[in-house]
Amino acid sequence: MSDKTPEARAEPFGDPLSAPFWAAAERRELVAQRCEACGRYQFYPRPFCLSCNGDRMAWATVKGTGTIYSQSVVHLAAIPGFEPPYTVAVVALDEGPHLTTNIIGGASAIGDRVRLAWRPREGMPPLPVFEKEEKR
Amino acid sequence: MAADREQVYIAGVAESPLGKVADHTELSMVALAAREALGEAGMTLKDVDGLFVNYMGEEGSVQVGEYLGIQPAYADSTDIGGASFEAFVNHAFAAISSGRCEVALIAYASRQRSRRGRPRQMGTDNYTLTGQFEGPYGLVMPISHYALLAARRMHEFGITPEQMAEVAVTARNWAKLNPKSWIRDPLTIADVLASPMMCTPYRKLDCCLITDGGGAVVVTSKARARDAAKRAIRVLGTGESHTHWHASQIRDMTASPGAAAAQAAFGMAGIGPDDVDVLEPYDNFTGAVLQHLEDLGFCKRGEGGAFVEGGRLGPGGALPSMTMGGGLSYCHPGALGILLIIEAVRQLRHEAGARQVKDARIGVAHGIGGVIHSSSSTVVLARE
Ligand SMILES: [Zn+2]
Repeated sequence: MSDKTPEARAEPFGDPLSAPFWAAAERRELVAQRCEACGRYQFYPRPFCLSCNGDRMAWATVKGTGTIYSQSVVHLAAIPGFEPPYTVAVVALDEGPHLTTNIIGGASAIGDRVRLAWRPREGMPPLPVFEKEEKR
Repeated sequence: MAADREQVYIAGVAESPLGKVADHTELSMVALAAREALGEAGMTLKDVDGLFVNYMGEEGSVQVGEYLGIQPAYADSTDIGGASFEAFVNHAFAAISSGRCEVALIAYASRQRSRRGRPRQMGTDNYTLTGQFEGPYGLVMPISHYALLAARRMHEFGITPEQMAEVAVTARNWAKLNPKSWIRDPLTIADVLASPMMCTPYRKLDCCLITDGGGAVVVTSKARARDAAKRAIRVLGTGESHTHWHASQIRDMTASPGAAAAQAAFGMAGIGPDDVDVLEPYDNFTGAVLQHLEDLGFCKRGEGGAFVEGGRLGPGGALPSMTMGGGLSYCHPGALGILLIIEAVRQLRHEAGARQVKDARIGVAHGIGGVIHSSSSTVVLARE
């Protein structure tokens, strides 16, 4: 990775490759690796492009819009900090990558358009989650 | 005709104690199953020179080897989840046919019910990719993961909850015929649809049991299989594959590594789905069975839901499947794969009692693994 900005060296989770992702999250910006040779987005980060083997991977800010690819409403109280019902989902970003996430702010369905929101976390960078696009 | 060296057989199978096991450990359960399976093969532990185990400790084959007094020439603790056991038949076939070992023991046991050890949350270590990108979202392992696959399947193909429930009813109808089944009460589609919602679209009765259990399988050469006390069953074809670990890395949730595994196994066997008399699909969740039917080529993509309607997989149906009652009603000890092989062998030996599929000659065991169908493996077996 060519990104050597000071914040990119902060490693909140001890993972040097994902550090720029979480540094951007602190600014509430969603970023993904983008290959300068073939233009493909790659999430999560790797040291080179799996599509074309290119070395020049840059971090690009994505729009934060996408579509719900799949979702499940959890009715079990099995995970500390999560009160059912809540929605786990995979969102297809308009740029291509899929993200595992939560859909917040009410009922949703596969195929719904969603936009980025951020969930604050104690002592950690905020977490990207999504809400339905027509909701504000 | 394959050379003798390329003819590999399953010469013995046995379940460990099943259900709720109070008077054994995982290791003693494995020991009992291994001795019984080797007995069917006309062998003892002293004959074993290849050892294949998963989930039995940090260095599985090493720990089981010590417990059983086995010093193998070939050791394999591959972990591709519940699919490991069909994959072990694939690996054992390669090892035996290339002369690396001659008597392969595959073994597994779990007391996950008695010990209540199954974690529900994954990715609690923030250093890992799972901990950073999946763990913080409250996924309930593995129900919500498989629920994501089923939800997408319903969305793309119009699969209904009733069609998925039919899989649970079918498993139960077989379980009624198996005295070893954990649960044998009558079950209807309405019962499944009235059971508590867990993670949409899956209700409680769409999900497999959590029981203790395990088993052992002996794979060996044609020459050694001649010693078997019971009829040895030929391994005609094997295949395995895996595609992803995280939900976010699946490009197509209605495809799976099962298609590649099935294609490899049927290709090696030189036969196809039309030749199969009995199927043992890994039924950890009802919707997963629809994926397997499509991956194995019993129906076209997206048609698994319609395929299972009307009891087609049940007793007297056109494609008898989950014939011991499956992971849904018979036993699901965390990893089901080994029990699929054991049941397929018993069906092909014609010793399955009230649940026997008449004149069964070709059987298939199809395993899956990972919390979100990461891996698949297929074994095609024949009664000669
Ligand atoms: Zn590239």
